[in-house]
Parts: sequence; structure tokens; C-alpha cells
Amino acid sequence: MPPPITPLRISAYTATTAVGTGCAPLLQALREGRSGLTPNDFSHQPLPTWIGRVAGLEGAALPTAWQAWDCRNNRLAWLGLQADGFLQAAEAARARYGADRVALVLGTSTSSIGATEEAYRALDAAGQFPEATRLPRLHTPHSLAMFVQAALGLTGPCVTVSTACSSSAKVFADAERLLRLGLADAAVVGGVDTLCGSVLFGFNSLELVSPEPCRPFDADRQGISLGESAGFALLERGAQGEGPLQLLGYGEASDAHHMSTPHPQGLGAERALDDALARAGLGCDDIDYINLHGTASSKNDEVEGALVARRFGPRVHASSTKGVVGHTLGAAGIVEAVVSLLALEHGVMPGTVNTRTLDAVCGPQVKLQVALGPVRHALSNSFGFGGNNCALIFGRRASQAQA
Amino acid sequence: MTHTLYIDGIGFWAPTLPDWASAAAAFRGEAAALDTPVKRPAPQLLPPAERRRAPDTVALALEVALAACAAAGREPATLASVFVSAHGDLAINDHMCSTLVSAPTLLSPTKFHNSVHNAAAGYWTMGAVCHEPSTALTAFEWSFANGLLAAGTQCLADQRDVLLVGYDVTAVGALASVTRSSGLLAMALVLSPQRSARTLASLDVQLATGGGLPALPSSPAALALAGNALADALPLAEALALLAAAPHTPHALRLPLSPHQCLQLSLRTAVGL
Repeated sequence: MPPPITPLRISAYTATTAVGTGCAPLLQALREGRSGLTPNDFSHQPLPTWIGRVAGLEGAALPTAWQAWDCRNNRLAWLGLQADGFLQAAEAARARYGADRVALVLGTSTSSIGATEEAYRALDAAGQFPEATRLPRLHTPHSLAMFVQAALGLTGPCVTVSTACSSSAKVFADAERLLRLGLADAAVVGGVDTLCGSVLFGFNSLELVSPEPCRPFDADRQGISLGESAGFALLERGAQGEGPLQLLGYGEASDAHHMSTPHPQGLGAERALDDALARAGLGCDDIDYINLHGTASSKNDEVEGALVARRFGPRVHASSTKGVVGHTLGAAGIVEAVVSLLALEHGVMPGTVNTRTLDAVCGPQVKLQVALGPVRHALSNSFGFGGNNCALIFGRRASQAQA
Repeated sequence: MTHTLYIDGIGFWAPTLPDWASAAAAFRGEAAALDTPVKRPAPQLLPPAERRRAPDTVALALEVALAACAAAGREPATLASVFVSAHGDLAINDHMCSTLVSAPTLLSPTKFHNSVHNAAAGYWTMGAVCHEPSTALTAFEWSFANGLLAAGTQCLADQRDVLLVGYDVTAVGALASVTRSSGLLAMALVLSPQRSARTLASLDVQLATGGGLPALPSSPAALALAGNALADALPLAEALALLAAAPHTPHALRLPLSPHQCLQLSLRTAVGL
């Protein structure tokens, strides 16, 4: 087991999803148990499914200075950065520590591949990219982080984590290690993924896409609803300063089982949980809220539901928020970290939207309805293809835990 | 602040330099690269059926990862791993983008799950039956340097051995008109926080201001591989090759991480420690 870490302060956070720009509409949707999923109208050949689409990106071109970065994914990144005062918080961190002392670690599964797909629909007579689209730094998975580093004026370590649906959960682990070794004084972490043909038709090919709005942990669930989102958090060392929220622990582990199916006993997920608890110096009974990965795929929910049922007491409130914003893949980790932070800050434990009858595999922990009450510690699970698992634990600073 | 890491094993593969011994000799100018490129490696870690079907990226990554573990005398299942690639599997990307234009509903499920950037990391953990933390990173043409920073950080922060694996493949189809990468290239290192009997070199690492384009290697044999998007691994490969032949001569290297920052490395052999 890893030794406990020194908690990191979360001095700003934000998420932009299908329910709106920034945290306020997300918190409102979670309070109301409202789904932001809509019938799929994405791409020239829409599949019969439901999606969590962010409105208005088509008309939200990047400022002229960043024209070379313009694509749906970077537009969503820019929209997301401007919400909840995040841009100002990042600028303040840059001024406080120096641009080279602020690291940037972003997660994405497909980054700007949507722009590459568009270029393929417009190839020239020689079968090549049209001249105007020959932008090597746009058609590559690091595009998102390169753009955000330029947009924030940062010059510190800058890397992209791309481990499918655990990507933007693992960014917290990378950032914590950089800060612990003193390689940076603050870190902007987060993730952005946007709807594109690759994921819609890709998950369709695996027969994982639901024809109806997804119903996580429902006995009759029919698969996932894809979505898009952007989310960011600012991490700093030390308990001093404003804001009571903290990253307490994280765990990363591998299933070593299958590329697109979880380990049947949730071996990697459980190891990630145990490592996160050890780093946080907590036990399962200390967790009040769990944001489940809960994709509404048959296998994920079966394995994750059984894991929660066997490890946690009946008092914990566990839910999946995929029915609210959809499965936003490489951005799911950060969005669900933000949901966990909202739970801690506002005492709102979301329900599992769209779900009617819980699968028998679930214990009493999985809740359909929203609940209000103090949350001391929140756990967020993110699992990805390749058997890649990550668990995060957030909390409030000790002096405020009783509040 | 300077941090010290130890390199305990090296794996290397290119079509004309298909292992570390032949690559190191060629980088030192002692031997020539093969005239005829060899076929891509068949990753022994995978079952025979998977071995044939594995994408080039996976075959390359698993080959050098296993070689580095063998050289370091480490059991693959015990290591945390960091996989890096500038562009991931360009052949699969080309295939998927083409299929999305012509017949999106016929997209292959296998191609899709192999298209994730962490496919090689996933196959490695499956083949090695490794439940340790594993990640897949990218940082454009600075990917190897950023992988070294991330793997080194994990190695020192958690005081554990970490396997670093870098690979990139040829840009094909329409992607070749925009993405610069030719040939197959992969390199792996086993990093340790402590010196041991296996240690090949010590690596003093410092973050420094000033980045820029990746540095080019200097030997003709390494320059011949520099069209690959993982070329930023080559200056370190060369320095390790030279160090093995002249253990008392330390090497200083600058590996850009971005337009703004670089890693300053100082390499010494175990003999000189």
C-alpha cells in the first residue's frame, strides 16, 4: 500500500457539459435530477441514440490569434476555461508562482480527431489534406494541451494523458507527483473530449450504444449515451489560503484482462480504490459520496455495482451521473471530479438519473434520488479501455469538516 | 533542483537496428545498420493469435518493453509503466477516418478498441499479467522527453521502478500529408530510484527554462532514424551507447519538453558513480 500523501488544495474548478456552461447549471441539473441528453443529431449520418451535446460550439470560433488551433475540441476547451472564473484563477496562479512553475496536465481520449475526420471528408484530388488543413499540431492528440498552454500563457511542464475513459482522472495523479517533487508549484489539470464520428460509430461497432437515454445500473439498461464536456481544476500545495476543498488521494491500477471489457471481479478497480484510500489515510466507512463510473454498459455496471456492494456499508450514497451529461470519455474523470467537489461544497449527493429499477447486483448504496446532507469525503471512479482504472478521493480541510 | 535516476535496462528497435546491442554499436560508428530491414517484431508476450493481429504500435512497444525488462532483470508484472507516443497508431487512425467517410456503420470493433492511445499499455499489462499503475501519454514531438519526466517523477515520488516505453510508426494514407513520421522506432528504459548491480547509467535530471524543437542526434546511424516522430529519444540513445564504450566520460544533454522548457540531463556510468 502506498503511504499517505499531503493533501493538495483545489483553489478553482469548473465543468462545461450538455446541461450548460460552468458549474451552476450542472449543480442545478443534479439537484433537479434532470437529464441533458437529447436525440442524436450529430454528424451527417446520425445513429439512433441519445447524446450529451454542448450547445453553440459550431458558432464559437476561437479568437483570431489562435486560429491554427480552431476545432470543436479546442472550442469546447476555450468555452470551459472561461467559466467559473477559471481563466482568472489560472492567471493569478501564473502571476503568483511564475508561468514556468505552473504545470498543465490534461486528459483526452480523442482530442481533435474530429478535425481530422473533417479533413478526410474534404481530401483533394491527390487524396491529401487540403492545404488549409495541413496543421501538424492540430491533427495530433497533444493538440488540446498545446492550445490550452498557449491560451493560459503557461510555460511549465505540459503533457497529455490519453488512457481512454480514465484520462482526466489520472491527471490528478500526475500533477500530485510533479508538485510533490517540487517540479511545479501549481498545476492546471482537466480534460476535454468532444463528440466525433470515431467514438459514436466506434462504440456502435462494439454494440455498446443505447437507443434510449442511458440508464446506469438499471436492470434493463441498454448501453451508454455518449457526451462531450470540458473540465478543469487548479491544484496548489499547502493547506493555507482560500477554499476548503482538497485532493486527498488517488489510486491507479490495471485489470490485465481485456481491451474493452472490465475484469469480471473488478480486480483493477478494487486495487485503485485501495490505493486511493491508503494515500488518503481513510477507510471505506469515511466515504460519504461515491460518483460511480456507471456507464450503463452491461459489464461495467455489473462489475462496479458488485464492488461497491461488497466493500461499502449501506450508509454511503453512490450514484452515476452519466444520465445527466452522458459518458464524456476522456473528460469523464474531470467532470465527475467536479460533481464530487460540488457534493462536498454544497452538500448535494446526486441521484442516478433515468434509472428506474436497479440491477439486482447493486447493494443499498446505489441511490436513484438526490439527497442533501454533509459530505466529508467523496470518491470518484473512472475506468477505461485497456483495463485502465483510477479512483480519486476528495475532501474538505480538517477545520471545516464539521461545517 | 537536481534529481537522480538510474537506468537499469534498455530496449531498442528499428527495422535496420532491431535490438539495443546493434543500435548502440551503430551509434558509436563501430558497426553498420542492416542493409535489409527486418520484419516488425512478433511480441512474445502475447498469445500466437494476438501476436499476428497486433497493430504495429503494440508489436513495437511490447518488443522493447520486454527487452528492457530482461536487460534490467526485472519481472514485467512488478513494474509501473509509462507509454508514450507522439501520434499513436497512425495506420488505425487513417483506416478509421477513411471508413467514417465511406461506410461508418462498418467500422471494425477491434480497430476501434485498438485505436485508443493506451492500446499498447493495455496489451502490455495483459501480456505481463501486470496490475500495477500504467499510463499512456503524448506530447507531440517532445513525447519521449515528457515520458522521461513523467516516469522519472513517478519513480522518485513513489520510490519504485518504472518502465518507460516510447514508440511511433509511419504516417500513411492522407495523414501522411500532414503528420511527419516515417519508419518504425521504439525505445524503452527501466528506471530505478536506487543504484543496483544492474545499473547501466545514472541520470541527473533538472528542469530548465528554454525549449524549442527536439535536438537531432549526431551519428549517421541515428540520424537515419530521425524522420520518426519519436526522434527525440535518439540523442539519449546515442549518449547511452557512447557511455557504455567510454564509461569515464560523462555526457550532458538537453531534451526540449515544449517550446518553453527542457530537461537537462547529465549521464554517468555506474563505474564513475
